[in-house]
Amino acid sequence: MQFLLQPFPWYVVGPLIAVNLFLLLYFGQRFGISTGLKTTCAALGAGNKIPFFKYDWKKEDWLLVYTLGTIIGGFLAFQFLDAGDAVIVSDSTKTALENMGITANQTFNPVEIVGTENLFTLKGIAILLGGGLLIGFGTRWANGCTSGHAISGLSDLQLPSLVAVIGFFIGGLVMTHLLIPIIFK
Amino acid sequence: MRLLKFLLLGIFFGIVLAKAQVISWFRIYEMFRFESFHMYGIIGSAVVLGVVIVQYIKLSHLKAIDGTPITIQPKPTTYKASILGGILFGLGWALVGACPGPIYILIGAGFWSFILVLIGALLGTFIYGVVKEKLPH
Repeated sequence: MQFLLQPFPWYVVGPLIAVNLFLLLYFGQRFGISTGLKTTCAALGAGNKIPFFKYDWKKEDWLLVYTLGTIIGGFLAFQFLDAGDAVIVSDSTKTALENMGITANQTFNPVEIVGTENLFTLKGIAILLGGGLLIGFGTRWANGCTSGHAISGLSDLQLPSLVAVIGFFIGGLVMTHLLIPIIFK
Repeated sequence: MRLLKFLLLGIFFGIVLAKAQVISWFRIYEMFRFESFHMYGIIGSAVVLGVVIVQYIKLSHLKAIDGTPITIQPKPTTYKASILGGILFGLGWALVGACPGPIYILIGAGFWSFILVLIGALLGTFIYGVVKEKLPH
């Protein structure tokens, strides 16, 4: 059981994600988590005013249940499987972070960016809400996120998914190398 | 019972991603700096096996649990939407260090700041639905 308490290596995680992909297909569904954001909007009644959300969202109830499962999984992993240990990054990443005043190798997530106290500062709210807006708007426009395009779509050799993943990386590289150094100067 | 299997699979996925540290901001930052193989190994091995799985399903005409054939709908070929939406999502992913799945897992793990990220993501999805017709696709 000791291995369950260590961080999982990539060659265990990748195959387990593939198992998850296979089981969802076997259960007659498709792996794509960002669709659940649309389902939630529809379930909250957005379809009364906006045609995009006017559809039989109850067909996607499985996805809301699956999403609830991921929340429980996060809880279990952190409560019972030591998932919350400090994340150790490479030396060059650590140096880059420290130059921006961000503490590395001490916590699971950077407190300066996503710590709970950021819910009470203007800059913190702008980052968290703004990041969320980009994620929600971008995934719906692109028709999928990491699960739907990078895992599901690429596994099915879908060209639109490859284009989307290239987009993910353009955006991610611009944020990491150009914008984050300005935001956390 | 129909929904229970999805709940269990979601729990499995949440534990795996949490234990893989895929839901840590640091791992995403490190990935976009090309200073760790971890994320590339995970996505790469998942996709390689995924291709094998999808080809197997198609060639063997495997049936789903309810006896109907497994059909995989192709993604819409709206390339402008793929690239432009993809870029916006990538900006958000690298900023808060989480894509949609990890947002939920992080909330379950007790990172309350991601509740605001989730509210933002729901708002972003809603705004897309409002302005959809005005955007290139």
